[in-house]
Amino acid sequence: MTRTLSFRDALNEAIVQEMDRDPNVFVFGLDVPDHKRIFGSTKGLVERFGKERCFGTPLSEEAMTGMALGAAISGLRPIHVHIRVDFLLLAMNQLLNMVSNFRYLSGGTLEVPLVIRAIIGRGWGQGAQHSKSLQSVFAHVPGLKVVMPTTPNDAKGLLISAIRDDNPVVFLEHRWLYDVSGEVTCGEDGIPLSKTNVLRRGKDATVVATSWMNVEALKAAEILSREGVEVEVVDPRTIAPLDDGPIIESCARTGHCVVADYDWSFCGFGAELAARIMEKCWGKLRSPVSRVGFAHVPCPTTRCLESEFYPNAVTIIRVIEKKLGLKEMDLSGESFYTWESRFRGPF
Amino acid sequence: MSDRDLALYRKMQLIRRAEEKIQERYSENEMKTPVHLCIGQEAVVVGVLDALSPEDQVLGTYRSHGIYLARTNDPRSFFAEIYGRSSAHARGRAGSMHLASPAHGFLGTSAVVGTTIPLALGAAFANQRRKNGRTAAAIFGDGAIDEGVFWESLNYACLARLPVLFVCEDNGLAIHSPAEERHGYDSIEAIVERFRCHVARSDSTDPAVLSDLTREAISKQRETGQPAFLHFRCYRYVEHVGIAEDFDAGYRTRASFEEWKKRDPIQLVRRRLLEGGVERKTVDQIDQEIERELESAIALAKKAPFPPASDLEKDVFA
Repeated sequence: MTRTLSFRDALNEAIVQEMDRDPNVFVFGLDVPDHKRIFGSTKGLVERFGKERCFGTPLSEEAMTGMALGAAISGLRPIHVHIRVDFLLLAMNQLLNMVSNFRYLSGGTLEVPLVIRAIIGRGWGQGAQHSKSLQSVFAHVPGLKVVMPTTPNDAKGLLISAIRDDNPVVFLEHRWLYDVSGEVTCGEDGIPLSKTNVLRRGKDATVVATSWMNVEALKAAEILSREGVEVEVVDPRTIAPLDDGPIIESCARTGHCVVADYDWSFCGFGAELAARIMEKCWGKLRSPVSRVGFAHVPCPTTRCLESEFYPNAVTIIRVIEKKLGLKEMDLSGESFYTWESRFRGPF
Repeated sequence: MSDRDLALYRKMQLIRRAEEKIQERYSENEMKTPVHLCIGQEAVVVGVLDALSPEDQVLGTYRSHGIYLARTNDPRSFFAEIYGRSSAHARGRAGSMHLASPAHGFLGTSAVVGTTIPLALGAAFANQRRKNGRTAAAIFGDGAIDEGVFWESLNYACLARLPVLFVCEDNGLAIHSPAEERHGYDSIEAIVERFRCHVARSDSTDPAVLSDLTREAISKQRETGQPAFLHFRCYRYVEHVGIAEDFDAGYRTRASFEEWKKRDPIQLVRRRLLEGGVERKTVDQIDQEIERELESAIALAKKAPFPPASDLEKDVFA
């Protein structure tokens, strides 16, 4: 059944469904059951499943991550929630030294069914420590799956699959996407991980985008379409393990590729994509792969600099115009996403 | 009494002799894994594990040959892992520093100090939910109490009343740094006692004493729901990593070793067995059996195949 849901409600539905289905699933983390309920994504859980399966924790990210690992190898299926990915950095020892390699070092005898939800985000002055996304850091380490849903349908479907996966999954949710609504068509079985999705078809150029950058890419595609330029928007959805087939196919077909990764570009996932596209589409590219990402500085708080820090639909349009040898469009009449219109903070 | 002592003696001697075999053969350069020997410290692991039931879970460190051998009683698999062979539990991926045997409740180890402590909380959380009455024990060195994760884990276990046993196997050294150069306090017990946690301390090198203290702690834990912290002191006879003595390195004295050696755990139990009327040949027979077992385990390990190259990329994901 197709319904329209917000991203936050889609996440919530996935968790409720899986907790109903499997008593081994539990959700925990700082403020998970408080009055704000992780921006609404954990609403109703403590009432429905009790404090044993939905509970808050002290500010002890490393110990709580280790506890999640211990519970996972003991047959439970923890979902550990971080309201900002920046806080997950306190648990990197567990994540990179233990969680990621525990199965491998056990000779393949142990399974680690663990979901780590972390909210990424930006805007309204979040500043340097509430604005990271870090997918390339997690994806760099073998043994972690990394998922970044964009649409409400993917939020639900991929979270269901992440919970059912017998491996550790880092699930990165963009704060702004929480307010986005969309059709949710996925069924109870969710949407498989590691399946790249084409969000919009086009023949002239490919934008491979992650998380929020898909929203910007779709806006760019819509505007360019009015000029007769058809942009294909490809969302990998799962960063690791990466399904690069549809990406390669698209880039080979259009001959032009922009990688719009929601992160710093330097040493990032975008660089990985660019390398693969170069290796696999050599001879078919009509322009070098372009990368769009954050300015390589810590995220500043003041709005005027923050606006410079983040790329957006305009950035993507300008890059594509240049690739295709087009004149710069007049964008003065266009309305772009602003957080004044949708997101007022403070968080 | 003598039956229990015989069992304790056998376990400690198995661990001691296995590690002495490593010392004897390490220079052959076939065991290509850094080893952190527990020679001298055997009473702690053997005592604590004696008090646990086989279903209870244990987490260790990179110095956990003792836990592996005491829990599995399987020197064949042990040496296969040390020699990096495919016949080992982890098929050579673990080596000495990542030994584990989940089938025996020995869930894991880590080469990063303190890192396995919170895993015991996770196992305990699962036990608590299943009401299976099991205890999860984290065994760690005194260096681990310098780490934040120890305090995070202690706090949460006390808050959530998890059935966890924190066992500090204190050899007085974090690599080469003595406690007095690392601690801004005098007594770890005095601090941990302020938590809602049972605390016991011992300098004994007698595994029976340590086993009794552990049993007592477990029963208090069961009565009250509060976790327990055991601080057992011991002495590392050889260097932090490697097989040699290092009393000339300057960070400790041979005299301190000589003091502890007088209370060597294996000799202590052996003496008590003989004084208690057990015949010398009975004890010698145990030694001989261990000798045969270990030699056979080493020979088998050396004959076992290495994992094929195709093994490299297996098991990253389930």
